[in-house]
Amino acid sequence: MGSAATLTPAAAPARGRQPPARLALWALLLVLPLAMLLALQLGRYPVAWGELLDFLLALLGWQSMPSEQYQLLHSLVWEIRLPRVVAAVLIGASLASSGAAYQAVFANPLVSPGILGVLAGASFGAALGLVAFDSWSLVQLSAVVGGLAAVAIGVGIGRLFGVRAAVMLVLGGIFSGALFSGLLALVKYLADPYEQLPAIVYWLMGSLGQVDLAELGRYAPFMLLGVAGLALLGRALDALAMGDDEAATLGVPVAAVRGGVILCATIASALTVALAGMIGWVGLLAPHIARLLVGPLNRYLIPASALLGGLFLLAADGVARGLTDAELPIGVVTELVGLPLFLLMLRRVRQGWAT
Amino acid sequence: MSAPLLSARGLRYAYPSGRGQPVLAGVDLDIRAGEVLALLGANGCGKSTLLKLLLGLLTPLAGEVRLGGQLLSRWRRRDIARQVAYVPQIQAVPFPYRVRDLVALGRIPQRGLYGGLRATDHRAVAEALARLGIESLADRIYTELSGGQRQLCLIARALAQEASLIIMDEPVTGLDYGNQWRLLALVQALAAEGRAFIKSTHYPDHALGAASRALLLHQGQVVAEGPPAAVVTPANIERLYGLTVSLHPTPSGALALTPSLAGRPQGAGSPHRPS
Repeated sequence: MGSAATLTPAAAPARGRQPPARLALWALLLVLPLAMLLALQLGRYPVAWGELLDFLLALLGWQSMPSEQYQLLHSLVWEIRLPRVVAAVLIGASLASSGAAYQAVFANPLVSPGILGVLAGASFGAALGLVAFDSWSLVQLSAVVGGLAAVAIGVGIGRLFGVRAAVMLVLGGIFSGALFSGLLALVKYLADPYEQLPAIVYWLMGSLGQVDLAELGRYAPFMLLGVAGLALLGRALDALAMGDDEAATLGVPVAAVRGGVILCATIASALTVALAGMIGWVGLLAPHIARLLVGPLNRYLIPASALLGGLFLLAADGVARGLTDAELPIGVVTELVGLPLFLLMLRRVRQGWAT
Repeated sequence: MSAPLLSARGLRYAYPSGRGQPVLAGVDLDIRAGEVLALLGANGCGKSTLLKLLLGLLTPLAGEVRLGGQLLSRWRRRDIARQVAYVPQIQAVPFPYRVRDLVALGRIPQRGLYGGLRATDHRAVAEALARLGIESLADRIYTELSGGQRQLCLIARALAQEASLIIMDEPVTGLDYGNQWRLLALVQALAAEGRAFIKSTHYPDHALGAASRALLLHQGQVVAEGPPAAVVTPANIERLYGLTVSLHPTPSGALALTPSLAGRPQGAGSPHRPS
């Protein structure tokens, strides 16, 4: 009898080696700050590289600058552009890393914060918070609670009809998303039509225009903690992507890790809604593109998704600002740019995961 | 006789959705180093449930599982994983992991969830791949491999895990005839090195030809247990599968089963379908 080494080979040819994950990660890490600097320059009043550098040095107190020019650049670069640039990166990173984490934890490449209903749940929570309370921390909290409720309902519905079927989870998410969209419509209907309703509508369309540094300070720590938590759990996510039983027999405390991942991902993605409204597609697309770049290992995939998501939203914001004189809502841009990318992704899903 | 690695006494289990119908009604089992225990039984007899109880994935309604003499429920997941590995039925992994990375997941029990892989881990992965003769697959995408190759990858992961007991759920399902027997021979060779295996199987011939002990499950109970040649008898096979068989020695001295399909001329086309 021959040895097991002679088991017959597969007919399928090997796909080329994946590019070295670390290299791609470093490249992204380098590109993102450059893109942020570029975004600080661009706008209706372009700022030259040299001018931007002088301002940054003056800001640090390393160089002096004429007071009038300093004031102008301070309000333009520091007060207007910096918050939205940082917000774009933070929101993109949160949505994308959450998307990658949800995909791993549910062993399902088709889910994202949007598809699981988290964004709808968070927007209902945040809108309710906006109408009911006059406190930002309560709006944040109510967005997160809405997001968690949406995941719980989506996953619950999916489980009710079949644990293993990937499509059931997607349908559960659609159910949950529809439920919270309905509840959101109810909140809109009950809101004051002159003050609150327009505020809710414009905010939900997705805009980075109103974000200021103080507001960023209230959101950034929680979002960054969420993303960092996900990045730390990379290896556990790899095990969970094999399925619950396998993960457990590999020594992973499945329930605890899943709970922690869902908590981190939901906090990060729900807060993006409270900060800048519903921004679709990033959470689904960025992880797939990142997987092409660094492969499926989550300790590379989560950070790569975060960086790519940040870049994607930065670019979308550039388009939103630059395309017309009147600024487009960024949520609208990501929808329109996301759809063709989604088609490309579906093609790949069909090829690669049909086995 | 050495102490068993894993032992089960009086295992009872019923699924919540099963209207109180027990899947297992008092099962005893022992497994020692160097043994290959084949678990035989018809569809729905409780084989997979039994494996899940032994792995600690399900909690028995009554009875107990002991690992190294200690109740399994007292063990931490990670400590169980250092002793017992699981080779599931081949299933689709939704992401394109490389074989090397899939096998390296077997190092989680040793390395934990947070630390990076060290030289010892990479060595363990390389050794596991080499032991199964699949070094050449290391950088291939797992989802693009054939069923037999995937099964070898999963066994390599169990070896990388350094577990003394490997529990396999129908390891030859979906493999062609040649690969089935090559895999069975490999399992026996690995057992000869001191590991223990529990495998569920649909093939009585595989229990006869490639196991040191067989355990026959019928309607949630053990109907026979012992050396394969002693328990894989025509009477027991008929009881398990409702099929009349004859047992005869092959020229090499081994035993083989041939079903006699009642009412149908043998080899006349219409395949037997168990009810």
